[in-house]
Amino acid sequence: MGDYILLAISCILVNNILLAQYLGNCPFLGTSKKMETAVGMAMAVVFVLVMAGVITWLLEAYVLKAFGLEYLRTIGFILVIASLVQFVEMFLKKSVPALYRGLGIFLPLITTNCAVMGVCLINIKEEYTFMQALVASFSYAFGFGLALILFAGVRERIILARVPKPMQDTAIGLVTAGMLSLAFFAFKGMV
Amino acid sequence: MTEALLIMFGLGAVCGSVLSIASKVFYVYEDPRIAEVEGFLAGANCGGCGYAGCAAAAVAVVEGKAPPSVCIVAGPESAEKVAGVMGVEAGTAEPRTSSNKCRGGDRAEDIYVYMGVDSCQAVSALSGGKRECEVGCLGYGDCVRACLFDAIKIGPEGFPVIDEKKCVGCGACERVCPKNVLSITTLTERLLHFNREDDCLAPCQQTCPAQIDIPLYIAQIKRGDYDGAVRTIRDRNPLLLACGRVCPHPCEDFCRRGVEDEAVSINQLKRFVADREMHSGKRLPVACAPDTGKRVAVIGGGPAGLTCAYYLRRLGHDVTIYEAMPKLGGMIRYGIPEYRLPKKVLDWEIEGILNLGIHVHTHVKLGVDFDIPSLVSAGYDAIFLGVGAWKDYSLRIDGEDLKGCYTGIDFLSRIASGESIPIGRKVAVIGGGNTAIDCVRTLVRLGAEEVSIVYRRTRKEMPANAVEIEAAEHEGVKFIFLAAPVRIIGDEAGKATHLEYLKMELGEPDASGRRRPVPIEGSETLLEADMVIAAIGQQPEITFKEEGKRIQSLKTTRWNTIEADPETLQSSIPYIFTAGDAATGPSLVVDAIGGGRRAARSIHLYLSGQEVTPPEKSLFKRHIPGTLFESVKGIQKIPRVPMPELPVEERIHSFIEVDQVISEEDAKKESSRCLDCGRICYNKDAAA
Repeated sequence: MGDYILLAISCILVNNILLAQYLGNCPFLGTSKKMETAVGMAMAVVFVLVMAGVITWLLEAYVLKAFGLEYLRTIGFILVIASLVQFVEMFLKKSVPALYRGLGIFLPLITTNCAVMGVCLINIKEEYTFMQALVASFSYAFGFGLALILFAGVRERIILARVPKPMQDTAIGLVTAGMLSLAFFAFKGMV
Repeated sequence: MTEALLIMFGLGAVCGSVLSIASKVFYVYEDPRIAEVEGFLAGANCGGCGYAGCAAAAVAVVEGKAPPSVCIVAGPESAEKVAGVMGVEAGTAEPRTSSNKCRGGDRAEDIYVYMGVDSCQAVSALSGGKRECEVGCLGYGDCVRACLFDAIKIGPEGFPVIDEKKCVGCGACERVCPKNVLSITTLTERLLHFNREDDCLAPCQQTCPAQIDIPLYIAQIKRGDYDGAVRTIRDRNPLLLACGRVCPHPCEDFCRRGVEDEAVSINQLKRFVADREMHSGKRLPVACAPDTGKRVAVIGGGPAGLTCAYYLRRLGHDVTIYEAMPKLGGMIRYGIPEYRLPKKVLDWEIEGILNLGIHVHTHVKLGVDFDIPSLVSAGYDAIFLGVGAWKDYSLRIDGEDLKGCYTGIDFLSRIASGESIPIGRKVAVIGGGNTAIDCVRTLVRLGAEEVSIVYRRTRKEMPANAVEIEAAEHEGVKFIFLAAPVRIIGDEAGKATHLEYLKMELGEPDASGRRRPVPIEGSETLLEADMVIAAIGQQPEITFKEEGKRIQSLKTTRWNTIEADPETLQSSIPYIFTAGDAATGPSLVVDAIGGGRRAARSIHLYLSGQEVTPPEKSLFKRHIPGTLFESVKGIQKIPRVPMPELPVEERIHSFIEVDQVISEEDAKKESSRCLDCGRICYNKDAAA
């Protein structure tokens, strides 16, 4: 149990997918202007990443490894993740329309989110067991959401500050992201 | 290599088949028109239309929320194709445009020095902005930056100016504005808007029962945009020719200039533009929303009924007016004499309203020629009951039935219908309201030698308009105040000869705050009068209730007016709405007009299946606190333009209109006296 907690802390804080591994920066900058959209995106990522982590682990273990075709990993994962997102979208639309409307446009956007792909590949590279892969996927996604929501909060306040014209909007956003990332570096060496 | 190919092929086949099965299993019915409509949109997902992508826009079109011309990229050809799918004409859904509610801008003073970011969102986070006005524009131009079409500029006065030609109604400006200054509205929404507590409203506009945007139309007159002024007035009041003549202009009592100087002659300006349109011989086109297919019966073609019919028609409903008298107009035709409102003018005005496509049946009376069940079975979805207050109160004294005795509205309407009534030599008119004044001034013109008004209180308490009382005085009417009629005395032939009255004195104030007249014992006095007219007030005639089956449950008050919610004007029968004198008892024309539009709003809500509730944050019969000033700085005294009148000698022998219209030059001059007030801001006079 302790191992899993350590793994979770490591994935959420120390190896935060956004601020320590720099994956998924596109939605990080794109959907962080408003708290509302940031929360929607975070929820969608948690949802998809857990599912993708599980499916790709199974694919790796029972198909690719079994046939010695590990070099097909990247293209295989792309195909599976894209199909998965499509499938989930259709499923939600029919069965949980409320959640479908809540996630809205963010769900299909995740198809191209490199954080999802990245986590799936990390799971394999670190040779996690199935349970470890599940916990890691959830924790990375949680870390993604945490960083995104923190960042959105900061950006909502930046609007009140005097920012020189050339630095406004995305420019100051990147600077802020950098500082946030430095702050997360303080967790290095904790686990 | 073969393995890899097989695996990838297998993986693809699995994914493909799972998805295709899923799409069957999880199939959700979608209107097939959505896909069809989407096919005709540009597919650029630019968001220029205001929806999140083309798919969302297509959904909005199918749901009827967006017009077929929603796509700003694809052009008119696509609009026509989309319209074809929807089975409507291109451009039928109402276009949405942005409008700016703030006219104050930089005129509002700063309450603190702001040195933050040049952004409305930022400054509004600091106590709602640095300007003293709570609702006004902050002027940092977030809307300008949000607009993708270059349709907004911050004007020289510090508030946004919208280029209507470029605006596509996408709503980007509305979403970024932290003060709700900009709003995207359709024609229907604009026509149904009622004053709100958080609107920018000058004191005059807060006071006007019809809620006309007075500062705007005066500004338009100042610019020479007379057509624009007419349109502004018509959005709130379709009877501008009539109101321009007979309205006692309560707005002018609250004119901010009036605090230090004479009030702006608002009504004269209204009359000027209205007359100008009439004399131009060309009617300005009136925009109507697309047809809705709903039918409404309007009972009573007076000011309330005409107004209600006019707005319902503009909202796209099919309206039919049922009028008991031979001609439309109600009290403004039959109660207001020719010298105040010529019939020719009224005819022109009513014709313009009917030209919108309103059907009319005259000479049909509710409860006699038709009743509520017959309207319901004829397929009307809602009914407006604007029957007015036509039944004169009787004096309830002896001798009322003698020859030569009449009641006020009865007398006026018979004269207006062209009936000839033998006019007495000496006439006494009892009452102190506008009806009494209309009677005496009519009698003077019909050749009565001596006309007196008998009123039981004093001049100060007379409910008639001060200008009317004055005009009657000029025309030689005698006033007998503090006199209460006791009986009418007649000769052997049953003809009235004298009116006996008791002299009164003023006692303690009563519930209405006016001092109650108390009779003086033994002060009976005889007034020679061979004609006596009682004009002491009216109430609605509700005999139709006795006949009708469905209408018996209609609740009425003890003044015989129809009981209804004062703001929604919905009666105790949900599909029956009312307004005007029938709802309020005898009142101003402009009250009936305001009520007519209010009822039209409720009927529109009722017909579109929404709950009939008063408007949110409605400002009804009250003022916004802090907008009425005790003193106004920066005002220089400039006398108002005098109203041209026909000389007394000329007017007492004819029914030619007494009040004349002001000249264009005077209108310009008068309009420049307007301070163009906002909620708390205004323009100071240049010289002061």
